[in-house]
Amino acid sequence: MIRSLRWKGAAFTVPFQLGFVFLYLLPIGYAVYQSLYTEQSSGLGLGGSTETFSGLDNYQQGLTDSAFMGSVLRVVLFACVQIPVMLLISLILALLLDAVTARAAGGFRILLLVPYMIPGVVAALVWINLYSPEVGPLTPLGESLGFDWNFFAPSMVWPSIGNLLTWHGIGYNMVIIYAALQAVPRELFEAARLDGASERRIALSIKIPHVRGALVLTGMLSIIQMLQIFNEPALFRNVTPQTVNDSFTPIMIIYNQAFNAGNYHYAAALSVLLALILGVASFLFYRLTSREAD
Amino acid sequence: MVLTEDRTKKPPTRTVRRLGRPDRAARSRGGQRFLLIGLVLASVYSLFPVWWLIVAATKDRTGLYQSNGLWFSGMHLWDNLHQLFTYDDGIFLRWTANSLLYAGVGSLGGTLVALATGYGLARFDFPGRQLVFACVVGSFLIPIALLTLPLYLMFSEIGLVDTPWAMLIPCLINPFSVYLAKVYTESTIPFELLEAARIDGAGELRIFFSIVLRMMTTGGATVFLLAFVNTWNAFFLPLTVLRGEENWTLNLGLYNWSGKRLESGVDLTSLVLTGALMSIIPMAIMMVAMRRYWRTGVTLGALK
Repeated sequence: MIRSLRWKGAAFTVPFQLGFVFLYLLPIGYAVYQSLYTEQSSGLGLGGSTETFSGLDNYQQGLTDSAFMGSVLRVVLFACVQIPVMLLISLILALLLDAVTARAAGGFRILLLVPYMIPGVVAALVWINLYSPEVGPLTPLGESLGFDWNFFAPSMVWPSIGNLLTWHGIGYNMVIIYAALQAVPRELFEAARLDGASERRIALSIKIPHVRGALVLTGMLSIIQMLQIFNEPALFRNVTPQTVNDSFTPIMIIYNQAFNAGNYHYAAALSVLLALILGVASFLFYRLTSREAD
Repeated sequence: MVLTEDRTKKPPTRTVRRLGRPDRAARSRGGQRFLLIGLVLASVYSLFPVWWLIVAATKDRTGLYQSNGLWFSGMHLWDNLHQLFTYDDGIFLRWTANSLLYAGVGSLGGTLVALATGYGLARFDFPGRQLVFACVVGSFLIPIALLTLPLYLMFSEIGLVDTPWAMLIPCLINPFSVYLAKVYTESTIPFELLEAARIDGAGELRIFFSIVLRMMTTGGATVFLLAFVNTWNAFFLPLTVLRGEENWTLNLGLYNWSGKRLESGVDLTSLVLTGALMSIIPMAIMMVAMRRYWRTGVTLGALK
């Protein structure tokens, strides 16, 4: 390519590069910088406060902070249950769509995607009200079936949030898996049928292996999102602050450290730690799933 | 029936060919019914909360608290809407306008930046290209808190906190949009076309604005739509950078209303539900109107 043309091409990416520096690199650098300092009030707290360099102290504190590590563990455990359940349902629905007539598939796909069109905050508000013992229809339904369920009880909060996330996520994940299924050459199924394979066998031995890539991708995206879960617990906290405390998830702790406790330095260290945990989790997941493929 | 017929007729190779179709159709008709039941159940699960929300928005307070949630009881939708739009001097309309502003203008700007970047990355070979692309992909893994908190501090230094700019500026840079734009450029803009335009003497800017952008309408619309949805749904960023309620988004406003009950004993449940229904409508209109684009967008972005 001609030299001048190269630079003209690079020029098209300049606005993005500038923005990336100011909105991504600089903030990250600033966060790392802040995480290395602590604020200390001088004297009796009357003379304001000074920032002093403290090395990795904030990180050490974060790694031994039982509230923070507990919240990470809580979210990871939750992810290990909710994501497989959601992906399994999405996969089954994609297989069902793939097996019915094209017309039926088109109609059901739209219906099943309706939850995805609803903003996450609104979805959470709707489900919180569905769960609510005062307004929601689920509590009377439970009573008529002989259950006395309380969706806001400490043992039920995660299943309640899990159901909300599953409801919100299956449509989107189903569409991605379905698109991968559509890309599988149809002749493969024909050939298998002629060889006497049952539909179930075709689904298990041909279709599912072909959508592995899509499953890995949706799984990865879900993990990244889950470790950063904030909206749903924050909205649940609105109605049931005694079960969803302010250190329920990692981002909630970071937010509180920054804006309620006013401890930006510690919050910065925790957000860097969370980024590292996210990176490690994604890497492990990727390695784990790509090794299985060999 | 079909099975026995199948067995008795010979030679088998020919019957498989001729009878294969009705045989499979008959077998799958029973199966189809079974599959359809599964899909219907999943659809009921997907739709009943929305149905409940629609019903709830038509009820007054007593209806909401006392009648069966899944069926109508009186028609108070207009009263609720009136209350929603007049409560607190019509703050809900203000939030709607804000959400439209942030999502509309922010996504438009972000889409333009993304299309230019995607085009530059896909069709030019310049030093550092790999690095820029690595930044794009790498940033998918950065947690929002890591960006939002320092951004808040930086914005407050230069006085942008609690202004619309605090929402609009971050929307301009969207790595996922860039990634999509690159994928679309690769599949829609042939190198030969660019060569031909250059031989005809067109400048690079002119090529981009009058050829590339025009050919990228579909891709651009998808990028815009996904960015719009993202910004409309945003919660953590506005919660962090917007303080005064006159700049809030719909999401923030509804969040605040739903917390009022425990905070100050004011029960706004009815307003929250009507407001929630209203906030879905712009989104639903967008998605239905641009259905063609976002279908390809959702799947293309995911698979490439």
